[in-house]
Amino acid sequence: MNNRLLCTVLMCLPAFAGSAETKVFEHTLTNGLKVLVKEDHRSPVAVSQVWYKVGSSYEPGGITGISHMLEHMMFKGTDKHPAGEFSRIISENGGDENAFTGQDYTAYFQTMEASRLAVSFELEADRMRNLHLLPEELKKELQVVTEERRMRTDDNPQAKMQEQFMTMAYSNSPYQHPVIGWPADIANYTVEDLQAWYQLWYAPNNATLVVVGDVQPQAVFDLAEKYFSALKPSDIKPLKPQTEIEQLGVRKMTVKVPAKLPSIIMAYKVPTLKTATNESEAYALEVLAGVLDGGSSARLTSALVRGKQIAVAAGAGYGLTSRMSDLFELEATPAEGKTVIELEVALKDEIKKLQQNLISTEELARIKAQVLASDIYQKDSNFYQAMEIGTLETVGLGWQKADEYVSKINQVTAEQVREVARKYLIEDHLSIAYLEPQTINLTAEKKGAK
Amino acid sequence: MHLHLLSDVNPVNDSVTQHLEHKKNSIHKTIIRAKFLCFLSLVLLSFSQLTSAAAKIDHWQTPQGTRVYYVHTEGLPMVDIQVVFDAGSARDAQQFGLAALTAGLLDTGAGKWNADDIAQRFESVGAKFSASSSIDTATVSLRTLTDKPLFDKALETMQVILTQPVFNEADFKREKNRTLAGLKQQEESPGALASIAFYDVLYGKHPYAHPESGVIKTVTSLKNTDLKHFYQKFYVPENAIVVIVGDLSKLQAEQTAEKLLAGLPAGKKPDALPDVAMPLKSTQQHIEFPSTQTHVLVGLPGTYRKDPDYFNLYVGNHILGGSGLVSKLFNEVREKRGLAYSASSAFIPMLKPGPFLVSLQTRNDQTTQALQVLNQTLADFITKGPSEAELIAAKKNITGGFAMRFDTNKELASYVAMIGFYEMPLDYLDTFQQKTEAVTVASITDAFKRRVNLQLLQTITVGKAEEKSVK
Repeated sequence: MNNRLLCTVLMCLPAFAGSAETKVFEHTLTNGLKVLVKEDHRSPVAVSQVWYKVGSSYEPGGITGISHMLEHMMFKGTDKHPAGEFSRIISENGGDENAFTGQDYTAYFQTMEASRLAVSFELEADRMRNLHLLPEELKKELQVVTEERRMRTDDNPQAKMQEQFMTMAYSNSPYQHPVIGWPADIANYTVEDLQAWYQLWYAPNNATLVVVGDVQPQAVFDLAEKYFSALKPSDIKPLKPQTEIEQLGVRKMTVKVPAKLPSIIMAYKVPTLKTATNESEAYALEVLAGVLDGGSSARLTSALVRGKQIAVAAGAGYGLTSRMSDLFELEATPAEGKTVIELEVALKDEIKKLQQNLISTEELARIKAQVLASDIYQKDSNFYQAMEIGTLETVGLGWQKADEYVSKINQVTAEQVREVARKYLIEDHLSIAYLEPQTINLTAEKKGAK
Repeated sequence: MHLHLLSDVNPVNDSVTQHLEHKKNSIHKTIIRAKFLCFLSLVLLSFSQLTSAAAKIDHWQTPQGTRVYYVHTEGLPMVDIQVVFDAGSARDAQQFGLAALTAGLLDTGAGKWNADDIAQRFESVGAKFSASSSIDTATVSLRTLTDKPLFDKALETMQVILTQPVFNEADFKREKNRTLAGLKQQEESPGALASIAFYDVLYGKHPYAHPESGVIKTVTSLKNTDLKHFYQKFYVPENAIVVIVGDLSKLQAEQTAEKLLAGLPAGKKPDALPDVAMPLKSTQQHIEFPSTQTHVLVGLPGTYRKDPDYFNLYVGNHILGGSGLVSKLFNEVREKRGLAYSASSAFIPMLKPGPFLVSLQTRNDQTTQALQVLNQTLADFITKGPSEAELIAAKKNITGGFAMRFDTNKELASYVAMIGFYEMPLDYLDTFQQKTEAVTVASITDAFKRRVNLQLLQTITVGKAEEKSVK
């Protein structure tokens, strides 16, 4: 990129940052439910999401995956609305609904025409405290979750490897458990387990209600008061810290599963926005991830896939907003004739370069331009916007961090990127897994007319 | 690989996944409760059917004969631009994988730029570019900010890619090897294998039969010059449409379309695709695979975009297995019996009849039971049709959710591309609700009886045979 264009991009940045900002309105009910509203009047629709501060990282051994299991059970009915009614009512109102569970949260959402927000509130408020947990429904849903696990993990070589990898990379952090839970735990949940989990965590003072769309904040607050204010809060004690012990040397494993291609995962222990002693380190790690994997011009694709042609695919990832310290991951699949060991060397070379040399002005400018543009593109969707607010609020960072993101990334310097690479991407904090494919034998059998 | 991925039809779930990808917050950490997983050929043009009257589509033709479709949206300084060609895998002839590889090579070198230059040009201005193909189409897409210097640079890059791709030999070899690796990786996935076998059994010798990314044998024998010829034959203005959705004025949109196409080689529209022949009899095929679940696909060639029966089939299928958590199939297979995580059905309308497919995945030793429930549910629906109450509920869902179905530029651009490519009436969005309302229990039952012949159903199972599996 020539200098003229570089200047053009940088000059454009502040103008865009200004034009895309929208305000979040906040109101907390007396029972502790926090309501966050962001207006977006581009379309007569609204998304409404209920975020609970509970996810797989809250789960003790023996009941791993219970947050996800409860997420399934949340569709199984209350006194007012028996099993099946929730989905039927949303559907008849033209709505879309679903839910998702992560390490740090469980969230439920509906997208509907904005005038029907009350339908969503009434149903969500009802199931926040009045859920029926019936043994026969649990029995069936256990089977469903078991099938889900088979599909997502057991029959997917990459997912299987990832799951094994996490058990090695972490010693005592609850991030070592899969979100869906271990098979033995899934098989043995009881109604009592779920009841206890539900009663403790599904409470207004443990939830954030996020609404983004064609709405007026005060009207949303009034509606929230009407439907949610009668709900009783829970007595929620602060979580005890489960700080991952220091890793004292490189860890390696081999995962043997039926597969066709080998692959490698490497990950370093790194802090997040929440756990970094200095927040700028987390933003510098975010930029570092962009240097390696911020699109097709980033280093992993340009150097490993196109340049050396040692990989058919390579990527890097970092979870800036996790509640606890997390991993900076590198993943790659070798090209034909190349080995995972050669890939490991090549990936480590890339890390070494980042530790020895400053990234270029162009790279830094590109990442800043991408961050800015993504911030605008994200506003194309109410769902994305709500998800960002909900995540930040639920992990304890506060929604205001969304507004800071662009400017904080803009403040990152090349020196800071080199500094975090030197400080955190070190061999003694590294874990490596190799996928060693096992043969798959295929046979087909055909029958004629039945 | 674009073809036959296990994909989530629900656009909302899709956005969750994309969001997580965007934030690089490893996907494995969040489980999305997909209510509605099903195979679809990940055709860019496999749109969901719900639409809104709000969007006014402006349409004109360039001097070279390219149709342009433009919708002005305000509020964000961005625009989505797509150039869609009738150049999908259905145009591969015997060189399976040719269309996909041609699209894939476009941004590896154009004009005087190599792949690094091109990537750098887009990403330095925050633009997102992609070139991909489906069964019917090849699509070149750009999402960019509209601020002039940024927009101009992104558009110029896209124009050079479209009109001066170089198909360099070294790039070709590398991308071919990556395709071959992808094809190998498909063999790890029982879902991908099931889908490939399904299209094969439904379409026989028809161009819809083969996987969009090809098969190892045909891709191996592709040559660089094959791609050049494919490009010269199909990437011509007469065979293109341009879609522009975003914050550009009409004048800017006109200039954009002209600029993009200036320099494309002249040519002609390809011949129409052959008609699809129905299978002659019902068949069942099992592929033995070391997975813990068996993937089940049942179906036959279904419907095409301009089918007069389309709305009857669409609304009927919504009730049968297209509406996620409340569909009959979902209810019978998952809610009542806990046999699967997902069970659904879909019509995938294309230029020629795309598949009608019913799918589920279940523990190996439950396959017979699950398949029996699936077939029974389907047979009951074909025989009796939906109830009046079910139809009313479905209509309420479809029409009630009208506005939210394209509340983003991205979704809107997809609808407009579908309308443009398949030459649907420009008022398609405006009449959608009315056509939905016009559907009756009798018209659904009649259409399904004629179009889903139970005697011709094709069944594919991929997994461990039941007798060998352990509970």
